[in-house]
Amino acid sequence: MSKPDFMYVIYISTTPQKLWDALIDPEMTKLFWGRHRNVSDWQEGSKWEHQDYDNTETVDIVGQVLESKPPERLVITWADPKEADDESKRSKVTFEIDEFFDAIRLTVTHEDLEPGSDMEQGITQGWPAILSSLKSLLETDEPLAMTTRRWDG
Amino acid sequence: MTTDLDAIFRALSDRNRRKLLDLLYLDNGQTLTELCSRMDIARQSVTKHLKILEDANLVATTWRGRVKLHYLNPVPIGEIYERWIGKYERKRLKALNDLKLALEERKDEQA
Repeated sequence: MSKPDFMYVIYISTTPQKLWDALIDPEMTKLFWGRHRNVSDWQEGSKWEHQDYDNTETVDIVGQVLESKPPERLVITWADPKEADDESKRSKVTFEIDEFFDAIRLTVTHEDLEPGSDMEQGITQGWPAILSSLKSLLETDEPLAMTTRRWDG
Repeated sequence: MTTDLDAIFRALSDRNRRKLLDLLYLDNGQTLTELCSRMDIARQSVTKHLKILEDANLVATTWRGRVKLHYLNPVPIGEIYERWIGKYERKRLKALNDLKLALEERKDEQA
């Protein structure tokens, strides 16, 4: 059984459906996910792409939808498009949404990352900022400034 | 529900709990037994400290079979960063942006 490399938990004052929608709505991800959009029909077995919001031909992450149970659980594979054919470079991200007392808990786990890779480094810097900004956007309509711009060149 | 800052700072105010976070930073996803072997306090104390860290959402846990794994959850610390540092950075960026606009306007006037 594989063990997650990273696990992030955040409590957000929202509803499971709003949180699910925020993960796949380009107008929302533009604001909290570094001006990117996530494109797929979100059916199990479908492909998904993490595209530049303004230039959709620029694809930074690609993968497959492994599980999709709106608005509770989404499992996707995650790879650099240049390395997508190499199974050892493919990692897996799980989003779990559940109610916890009066808040909604979002748990993000990332597993099968290649140790020491650029991807691993980007991930560890990226997720906490993205999740804090998502919370801020859902609770106050204001994302955090650092996530409204692209990070890389 | 807002992040409970009191719980976070209380959790961070103890040397052993900070050490536990450091151990998870170095090797994320450890069992209680692994953590205990790296701490020089009783297993029972480690359990107590982990509970406090978990309540403050600084440690997240997941089960793999019969094994409970502990992860460093840096998200609340990011929220502290945003409250006392990020906000000020935003103001500075705005000031720089205003300066840029002002300079560009002057250039337009000179042209």
